[in-house]
Amino acid sequence: MKATSVEPTPYALELCGLSKRFTLGGKMFSKKRALYAVSDVSLRVPRGQVMGLVGESGCGKSTLAKMLLGLTPPSEGDVLIQGKSITHSDQKTLARHVQPIFQDPYSSLNPRRRIGDIIALPLRLHTTLSSQERSQRVTAMLDLVGLPKRATQQYPGQLSGGQRQRVAIARALIMRPDLVICDEPTSALDVSVQAQILNLLLDLKEEFGLTYLFISHDLAVVEHLVDRLAVMYLGRIVEEGSREQIFAAPKHPYTQALLASALTPDPSLDIPDLGLGSVQPDPSRPPAGCAFHPRCPQSSPECRERRPSLPPVDLHGTGRVACHFA
Amino acid sequence: MSNNISTGITNTSAPLLKVTNLQVKLPVAAGTLNAVRGIDFEVQRGEMLCIVGESGCGKSMTSMALMGLLPQRANITASQLNFDGAELLSLTERQRSGLRGSRMAMIFQEPMTALNPAYTLGNQLCEVLRRHRKVSRQQAKERAIYLLGKVGISAAEERLDQYPHQLSGGLRQRIMIAMALMCEPDLIIADEPTTALDVTIQAQILRLLRDLQREFGTAIIFITHDLGVVARIADRVAVMYAGEIVETADTTTLFNAPQHPYTQGLINCIPTPGKTPPGSRLQAIPGVVPSLIGEVKGCAFRNRCSRAEERCTTAPALIQATQAHAVRCHFATSPVPSTAIPCEVLHESHQR
Amino acid sequence: MPDSTTPLATRTSPRLRSPFASLSARLPRHRTLLLGITITGLLVLIALLAPWLAPHDPYAQSTANRMIPPVWHAAGSWEHMLGTDRLGRDYLSRLLYGARISLFIGLLAAFISGLIGTTLGVLAGYFGGRVDAVVSYILTTRLALPVVLVALALASLTGGSLIMVTLLLGLLLWDRFTVVARSATVQLRDAEYVQAAQALGASLPYILLREILPNIAPALIVVATLEVANAILLEATLSFLGMGIQPPLPSWGLMIAEGKAYMFFQPWVIAIPGAALFMLVLAINLLGDGLRDISAPGGRDE
Repeated sequence: MKATSVEPTPYALELCGLSKRFTLGGKMFSKKRALYAVSDVSLRVPRGQVMGLVGESGCGKSTLAKMLLGLTPPSEGDVLIQGKSITHSDQKTLARHVQPIFQDPYSSLNPRRRIGDIIALPLRLHTTLSSQERSQRVTAMLDLVGLPKRATQQYPGQLSGGQRQRVAIARALIMRPDLVICDEPTSALDVSVQAQILNLLLDLKEEFGLTYLFISHDLAVVEHLVDRLAVMYLGRIVEEGSREQIFAAPKHPYTQALLASALTPDPSLDIPDLGLGSVQPDPSRPPAGCAFHPRCPQSSPECRERRPSLPPVDLHGTGRVACHFA
Repeated sequence: MSNNISTGITNTSAPLLKVTNLQVKLPVAAGTLNAVRGIDFEVQRGEMLCIVGESGCGKSMTSMALMGLLPQRANITASQLNFDGAELLSLTERQRSGLRGSRMAMIFQEPMTALNPAYTLGNQLCEVLRRHRKVSRQQAKERAIYLLGKVGISAAEERLDQYPHQLSGGLRQRIMIAMALMCEPDLIIADEPTTALDVTIQAQILRLLRDLQREFGTAIIFITHDLGVVARIADRVAVMYAGEIVETADTTTLFNAPQHPYTQGLINCIPTPGKTPPGSRLQAIPGVVPSLIGEVKGCAFRNRCSRAEERCTTAPALIQATQAHAVRCHFATSPVPSTAIPCEVLHESHQR
Repeated sequence: MPDSTTPLATRTSPRLRSPFASLSARLPRHRTLLLGITITGLLVLIALLAPWLAPHDPYAQSTANRMIPPVWHAAGSWEHMLGTDRLGRDYLSRLLYGARISLFIGLLAAFISGLIGTTLGVLAGYFGGRVDAVVSYILTTRLALPVVLVALALASLTGGSLIMVTLLLGLLLWDRFTVVARSATVQLRDAEYVQAAQALGASLPYILLREILPNIAPALIVVATLEVANAILLEATLSFLGMGIQPPLPSWGLMIAEGKAYMFFQPWVIAIPGAALFMLVLAINLLGDGLRDISAPGGRDE
């Protein structure tokens, strides 16, 4: 499965032992401390599938996304896209393969550029098309994401949140990347608009044969959209498996709590009691042993001392879980 | 009660809060923003009323108007804004601030901005009580410690000396809840109190809020956009759209037999495990929320509604479907099939 | 079918406006800004048209006509509306030409300092870390220098030609640009649209010049107007102290300096250039304040 293999890999994205370390402090009066935002993440995303990535704020999912986009270099490990390592490829080459869709459509579009210029930017950077050809491609793309042609002349401030997110999607997809990193693409949108954008993402995936890494904290949306799911807790993947496996029988206590905490609009159900206690995780001081043990309802002395390891990625893509009790 | 408003004889059967024809208008650059366009509702003692709606529907404006926290330039009118016998709009600013924090308290979405970073938590908690009640520092501190225990904060005494930035988001929201409860208010307005929190923390805070509400018998107006939260926590629900309440009902009725096409659309457009097959198309509500600048004519939802017809260009009246179920829709009188009306999936339109 | 074509509201939404349109919509309601623009514009026009407006050659001396008072004075005449100076040069003509010098120095010095300050500030803000530390060091050093004293010392070394004074001021007044550009860039560095451009493989100059600069420009323009006024005042100070513009150039500061010997008996000699200086600086400051007010970000939608 290395870049040297002749056969094209069936994976759009492979992460091998990926870590990101930040140094905290080290200024005049404080001691230096290492913070692992992401540690030892290995994951494979088959081409044409949607891989969900869930976890709470500070679990490292956004840092992971930044590394995949080449916005921050990994401290350890490697990222392979279509079987090729991105460590030595420049940002421009990487950009043709991976594109982001960010959470906040209010801040992801430059307020002082027209929509037409925003969507045409990838074409200007990566192609030698004439301005007329560019504007044809932009119009075609606008049509695909359901915006009228006249939007090219407008500024982001003149569009609604849903329309802006359509623009962000158009910009991400106009160069036909292989992999799209969707970082909470609907969480800043109203509920009634969220469904429009999710439908659009699903349609475009079919149309272009895209692979998505879909980062979200909304488990109902994740269950609707993904083929596989990875659950992160304090920088590590604690469980990974197919949608059916995880949603039908979550094995890690954290996954179980996450699934239980998803509130479906069913008035006959009560507010779930997760039994997690009121401790909140601090990424800069991860507990020894299993990082989840201070909140885990089943924790044992072993959990406090020894960190359970996640089995390596296997070829069959069966579920993996990092828990002593699984 | 040490405030100087005579509330008359407290009648326990009368609603705690009665709002009739509340309107909020805000002057903005392009004209007048009709943020709240004549809403009526009641809150009973000890009741959890959820106001649900999307951004810009007027739900937060409503809560700010009730608290008296809107800017001076906002024009607030109401036929009735009655809080436990006192007509809020006829009170002086001094009387209103005597009510705030004492008999009606507020919990905000972002606890970090609602807490003053320059003071310790103990200082801020005790200050609320000492501003409204004649109690000693020691008594105030004791109540703070008692309530911190109630909101599930361990080592309460040490926490009192900490500053807001030393706490996580979930803990800060617990502090906000404790602060809201300091004076034993009759009404708490919680504006998206769990939106900024992680899902596991959200579940804990919701449980806490609901348990405390039952224990203390406080009425809560819970403002949110999340139908999942509404279903689990509310006694009664008011759905707001474009500055109006379009449907009110008890929670079970609202989710099982919604009548307004907007409520139906909202419920249908979120993926529900077990109901929506994964990967299938969701039933989106087409179009976008209308602008509330200027006069809105007719039903505000008609340009997104699959049932809209000629008569929808006139404003629908509030129709009482059952005694506890009111709907602002022309179709509400005719019996509506219990299966939800499918919304056609259309691209976002560009109406202005 | 949803009836999506009929508008529900009778007025259009403010979101329809482009950034420029919403700015120009706010302009007419801002009276002090309008006043600032009018006076500054008038003075710029006067400076540009000075050769045609001036009744006399500003350098032509006439020993016969020394110290003629202005026209409102009993001894004044319409020939020299604002009188003449101690060398018999027409005061009005010198004043008009002086506007050219003040504005030239103000604009050019602000431009030079803007270039230096913005470059340093944007780089410090965007890269942070070591670059930021170095820029902060330079900035602290610069702030530790007393501008007037250093300018005086350097001007006495280099001699006070017009270009030299301008360069000197340009090299000394960049600090505010750096502070503003740096903090504005820090806020934008992590904006998602900057990240989006990075993820598209946009080059560094593209990101700095096309994505960041247009968004920090409003703040910089405000600083620039205030620096123009600052530079004009400093030039007048230097000239007054004899280390700025050298005679016979008609700088307003120099005119005040030359008139100071007559201050008690002929107060108009310094009152006239003093008033002109006051008007110009006030107008530019009104302009700057007004621009800051109307370019302040409003809400997202409402």
